[in-house]
Amino acid sequence: MSRRFNYIDVVLWSLRIGIIVIVLWGTVAKLFLGVGNTYTVGNWIDFFVSGLSQGSLYALIALGYTMVYGVLFMINFAHGEFFMGGAMTTTVLVALPLEEAGFLNEFPILSLLAIFITAMAVSIAVAIMTERIAYRPLRRAPRLVPLITAIGASFFWQYFFRGLYGSSLIPFPEFDIFDGKFDFGVFDIQKTDVAVLVTSVVVLALLQLFVQRTKIGQAIRAVAEDKDAATLMGIDVDRTITITFAVGAAMAGVAGVLFAIVFRQLNFIMGFTPGIKAFTAAVLGGIGSIPGAALGGLFLGVIEAIGPPLFLEGLNIPGSHQLKDVIAFTMLVLVLIFRPQGILGEKLAEKKA
Amino acid sequence: MLEINNVHTFYGNIHALKGVTLNVEQGEIVTLIGGNGAGKTTTLRTICGLMAPREGSLTFEGEDITKYKAHELVAKGIAMVPEGRGVFSKLTVTENLQMGAYHRNDRENIRKDIEWAFDMFPRLGERRSQLAGTMSGGEQQMLAVTRALMSKPRLLLMDEPSMGLAPVLVDVIFDAIGDINEQGVTILLVEQNAHMALQVANRGYVLQTGEIVLSDDADALKDDPTVQKAYLGLE
Ligand SMILES: Nc1ncnc2c1ncn2[C@@H]1O[C@H](COP(=O)(O)OP(=O)(O)O)[C@@H](O)[C@H]1O
Ligand SMILES: [Mg+2]
Repeated sequence: MSRRFNYIDVVLWSLRIGIIVIVLWGTVAKLFLGVGNTYTVGNWIDFFVSGLSQGSLYALIALGYTMVYGVLFMINFAHGEFFMGGAMTTTVLVALPLEEAGFLNEFPILSLLAIFITAMAVSIAVAIMTERIAYRPLRRAPRLVPLITAIGASFFWQYFFRGLYGSSLIPFPEFDIFDGKFDFGVFDIQKTDVAVLVTSVVVLALLQLFVQRTKIGQAIRAVAEDKDAATLMGIDVDRTITITFAVGAAMAGVAGVLFAIVFRQLNFIMGFTPGIKAFTAAVLGGIGSIPGAALGGLFLGVIEAIGPPLFLEGLNIPGSHQLKDVIAFTMLVLVLIFRPQGILGEKLAEKKA
Repeated sequence: MLEINNVHTFYGNIHALKGVTLNVEQGEIVTLIGGNGAGKTTTLRTICGLMAPREGSLTFEGEDITKYKAHELVAKGIAMVPEGRGVFSKLTVTENLQMGAYHRNDRENIRKDIEWAFDMFPRLGERRSQLAGTMSGGEQQMLAVTRALMSKPRLLLMDEPSMGLAPVLVDVIFDAIGDINEQGVTILLVEQNAHMALQVANRGYVLQTGEIVLSDDADALKDDPTVQKAYLGLE
């Protein structure tokens, strides 16, 4: 007997083919028929590098989602607020006063150090409080409960920081050392992009060392795999979970400062979009997988930067550069439909069992 | 060394242990046998602190251990080889052994003990950099046993170490149990394989639906008609 035709399969396959056709069509129209603006090779490199830089920010934030998911099987929707809290606080309490004192551009490295450390400390503090007060008491509750609590915690921190710093946009001071571009002839790269990329790569490498080589990193991996067995090794599971939150938040703090350096405007809602994008990146890479989150972030950043000028313009869509969010969320939906375990992830079902 | 008195443990409303009383003396191998669902695993989980008893007392070397958290008991000298082995499949063999020594800080000795584990089971040594999840069930059981020993326990709890193993490997594991005991580690061995367990043990308890129904020397239990009928497959 032949296999029965399943309507859902038909719809999914048409969707797959449709997306591929649209992307190819747009790309061909763009590259060979010259629809829309014409870009030089330099322009394309520009798109690519700024995409990488944006993507490495997503990657830094995505690691927090993925590590917490790894140990708790929970999507911490308040993670974007860890990012925001650190960035806002360090801007108001450290960066702006330093600029006012004329210290900022006099001693940029020291200033940056102070700014990063403050941001990380605040992000970590916010994360630890959230975990201890809101999540830990719910450890044995059904999975939907901490998820909803996380959304509540997210709103709490947004309005908490709005109460502290107000609701208007706060400017992040300009660093002279990040002003301008590196010129490479055919193309040039924004110095901020270089700063973001270099910092992210260093942080990612440190994280990899921490998780793979240190005792606490090993404990985090052990807890992610089997909490009872980890307990039997003498590992304090609760403490390890707190450390996991703290490590993720430290990276969110770094990302917050990098975000501030690039976009130079902050407010209490700034964590939302990068948070959702980073969540997308984590799902894309396979939630729970650390290399997956890094790859997913870079991939998302690059697609967001290259997609609009490439296939969206080719399709003659007006204002295509404003549509990068559409690309990100379309990808989230597509991944959830077609490959919920992400690029590097394993099947979720077996992990939850 | 270990004294359990009238312990009651629940899963929600399910009354899994209904007043279990047993003791293990220093240097002994004591086995706890019983059918599926008798409460053997629950007994071990209660001893090592993964579950809290609702009633009853547990003392180890004279000290009340119910006041400690499960992870603190490892440093007190209690280690467990859990049911189904519980190796960390995405950690390497060496990393698994290092996790077993988590509460220790004597790095040099930990390294020596890992080499000792590889001497004990050369097959683990050959696979030291391999992910534990890629090994066979027998190799994982060897890893689970040596990993538990890495914490230098005085009391080792073992939950059905022979489960799912080929007969040759069952022999290997039971030989190891004897060796470990000779090196001074007291053992509480949970088994469905009553035949093997009663051979290696000094004394035994029979658990049935959450209650101890028999306790005696291992040899006497082997000859007991109910044990022969229910657990040794003899008529
Ligand atoms: N996680 C659980 N939730 C509810 N009941 C359980 C759970 N684990 C075990 N039980 C019940 O407790 C009793 C004892 O189980 P267990 O200690 O695992 O038995 P054994 O190890 O002897 O096979 C059984 O009736 C079992 O159904
Ligand atoms: Mg059992």
